[in-house]
Amino acid sequence: MGDIRYDVAIVGAGPAGLSAAIVLAKAGVKVIVIERGRFPGSKNVMGGVFYTDCMKGVVDDFPGKAPVERHIVEQRMWLIDDESYVGFTHKNAKFDNQPYNCHTVFRAQFDKWLAQQATGAGALIINQTVVTEPIMEGDKVVGIRTDRPEGDIMADCVIAADGVNSFIAKSLGFRSNLKKNAVALGVKEIIGLDEKVINDRFNVSGSQGVTIEMTGSLFEGAEAMAFLYTNKKSVSLGVGMIIEDMIEHNINPNELMESLKAHPAISPLIEGGETKEYLAHMIPEGGYNEMPRLFGDGVMIAGDAAMMVNAVHREGSNLAITSGKLAAQTYLEAAEKGDFSADTLSVYADKLQESFVMKDLKKYKELPKLLQKNRHLLDKYPKLINDAAFELLKVDGISKQAKQRSIWKNMKQQIGFTRMLKDLYKIWRTVG
Amino acid sequence: MHILVFVKQVPDASQVRVNYETGTLIREGVPAILNPFEEHAVEEAVRLKDEHGGKVTVLTMGPPQASEALKQCLARGADKAYLLSDRIFAGSDTLATSYALYEGARKIIELEGDVDLFFAGKQAIDGDTAQTGPGIATRFDLPLVTYLIKINEINLEEKYVVATRLTEFGQETVKVPIPVFFTVEESLNVLSHSPLPYLIKAEKAKIELLSGENVNLDKQQCGLKHSPTMVKKAFTPEKRQRGATLSGTLDEVADQIASKIAPFLKKVS
Ligand SMILES: Cc1cc2nc3c(=O)[nH]c(=O)nc-3n(C[C@H](O)[C@H](O)[C@H](O)COP(=O)(O)OP(=O)(O)OC[C@H]3O[C@@H](n4cnc5c(N)ncnc54)[C@H](O)[C@@H]3O)c2cc1C
Ligand SMILES: Cc1cc2nc3c(=O)[nH]c(=O)nc-3n(C[C@H](O)[C@H](O)[C@H](O)COP(=O)(O)OP(=O)(O)OC[C@H]3O[C@@H](n4cnc5c(N)ncnc54)[C@H](O)[C@@H]3O)c2cc1C
Repeated sequence: MGDIRYDVAIVGAGPAGLSAAIVLAKAGVKVIVIERGRFPGSKNVMGGVFYTDCMKGVVDDFPGKAPVERHIVEQRMWLIDDESYVGFTHKNAKFDNQPYNCHTVFRAQFDKWLAQQATGAGALIINQTVVTEPIMEGDKVVGIRTDRPEGDIMADCVIAADGVNSFIAKSLGFRSNLKKNAVALGVKEIIGLDEKVINDRFNVSGSQGVTIEMTGSLFEGAEAMAFLYTNKKSVSLGVGMIIEDMIEHNINPNELMESLKAHPAISPLIEGGETKEYLAHMIPEGGYNEMPRLFGDGVMIAGDAAMMVNAVHREGSNLAITSGKLAAQTYLEAAEKGDFSADTLSVYADKLQESFVMKDLKKYKELPKLLQKNRHLLDKYPKLINDAAFELLKVDGISKQAKQRSIWKNMKQQIGFTRMLKDLYKIWRTVG
Repeated sequence: MHILVFVKQVPDASQVRVNYETGTLIREGVPAILNPFEEHAVEEAVRLKDEHGGKVTVLTMGPPQASEALKQCLARGADKAYLLSDRIFAGSDTLATSYALYEGARKIIELEGDVDLFFAGKQAIDGDTAQTGPGIATRFDLPLVTYLIKINEINLEEKYVVATRLTEFGQETVKVPIPVFFTVEESLNVLSHSPLPYLIKAEKAKIELLSGENVNLDKQQCGLKHSPTMVKKAFTPEKRQRGATLSGTLDEVADQIASKIAPFLKKVS
């Protein structure tokens, strides 16, 4: 057999790679997607909230027949401590209006469906095949090599959408190995429950659903982020921690998961449930400052491979979809010129800058550093706030004034007044 | 040389759990895979084709989703894939399944030419009956070599194959005339990593559809109604006792055996 030649070769059939494939195939481009899993989604993990808006221009009638679970009408945010939480809840009838803002999904089903849309549009997806390196001609990427015999694919342009550990971005020298403090490990269980039990426990009906985001010290004082999302007949419960912290506190993910499941605010929500699946995956949390180069001669990087995750708002898949779409559009413009040099492909970076992707990532760019230098923000404050709430609400013959004084004293002792002011200012500067 | 392989799509047994209260399998959400024995059957067929020339055809009876399993065979190097699918096959047991596959195979012979070697897996990991292959072979009145572990020689001029099969007690090497039917063990070969062009071809290939429309069927032999097998009870079989190892000189061992079987001999006589 001769050379295998495609216009575009995409590495990875996750949201980023597949959205690029769909846009390209719809435009009549000859595109191949190489995926190492048994099928798209077989190895992919996320908490499960997928945002509708990013699908514009990819699958316009989304969700249509897509495998979505519940649409989210209520979001809870909790600051947790060992036995308690202080929370903020937003429920809004507007979230019941179509098109729904977001749905919970299972990636194994969702990615498979998205892949069918790509195949339906004319893209070719090859599973169970690992891309081992980019094929270079000088500084120019001219194709990809796979682990299969006769496995070279030549292409005008390669889109690396190979996820958090992007081997392609690394071997091109666009980025170095992941830093232990820029990546979190997320573990998740899918816990089966009766549909009716879920509706009762979360006060919803039909396909309505609820999300809970949790921050605080969950296990031996180490800060963690956790979530609980409702699916039709199960809840997704997960927890993530920066890898460096896991090592420092000598915590293993199972312990973390077990303590989350045992938390008095969580255990009644999952009581009687049966764990159906256990999943783990890395989350790039370095943000804007850790992003690699986004393009080169004949190559563009999209999605997690380019560290496009907004950890504050648990958004990743929508950034992936959007970046895949923009990479595809950039290719189409380049194809008109017949030029796939870095110069032409730099339009990709411009498009990203103009979109919410870079704007959001920039907005929070100092947050990872802030949290890293000020660990107390996530382990001390949630505890203090929980203690304060408890003090205030417990009726025990002590005057409210005296309680406030004691809370205040405690805060000053634990953190210090000027420090608190500084923290407030820093947080406001970073996320405000 | 034309090789026809019968393949089945099965739930991935490594992911099936048992409901211990009802004794039934929990199949919900379990991904479907190509029955592992057939991976090896197709692998062998493709190797033989590469060596002796010819073509490899695969056939499955199952629902439309079973075409996934066929694609996997094409990715392994099979040339053409047939899906036999029809509502009337629903609920088939091994008797009805082997009948359906026999008729499907006859249609393939009509379309693709005579078959020299037939392959099936030793058994399907969801049913484990190991009856379907022999059922088809019997209907064709073909020599049957079950538990194949090695093809030693193929002579296309003189039309015979020398093959080794596994028995309960050891191995047996047989010389059989072509056409011949094999059911295969996993130890037959080591699976290879298919070349990328095979995978691309498989994704693009068209699956040929067979049904009651284009296959000659005796409806009186199809489906649940004509499947006499009944499941009476499901239970966990008792563990087979491992044999004891006797040691000593020949005479001592002979004595030990004699004293062990003496009580049984008395009972019998
Ligand atoms: C626990 C957890 C919870 C999350 N929760 C949410 C959430 O609720 N909402 C949200 O929007 N985001 C969430 N995210 C983030 C989101 O999952 C990612 O941002 C998103 O999946 C990125 O998509 P992607 O296509 O860039 O990468 P991926 O989805 O990782 O896809 C990459 C693909 O490339 C394949 N691949 C990798 N290397 C190779 C190779 N060498 N050869 C061939 N194939 C290869 C992989 O198998 C994979 O299919 C969460 C992540 C985690 C881990
Ligand atoms: C009472 C009863 C009812 C059943 N009802 C259904 C039903 O409703 N739906 C359903 O999907 N199944 C049903 N089955 C199972 C189905 O008919 C089996 O495919 C068939 O009986 C084969 O049995 P086995 O799995 O034990 O295969 P084995 O005899 O162990 O298989 C040996 C080899 O035969 C070949 N083979 C077996 N089946 C096929 C096939 N379908 N296509 C191609 N090659 C094959 C393969 O090479 C396989 O390795 C039923 C079985 C019984 C006993």
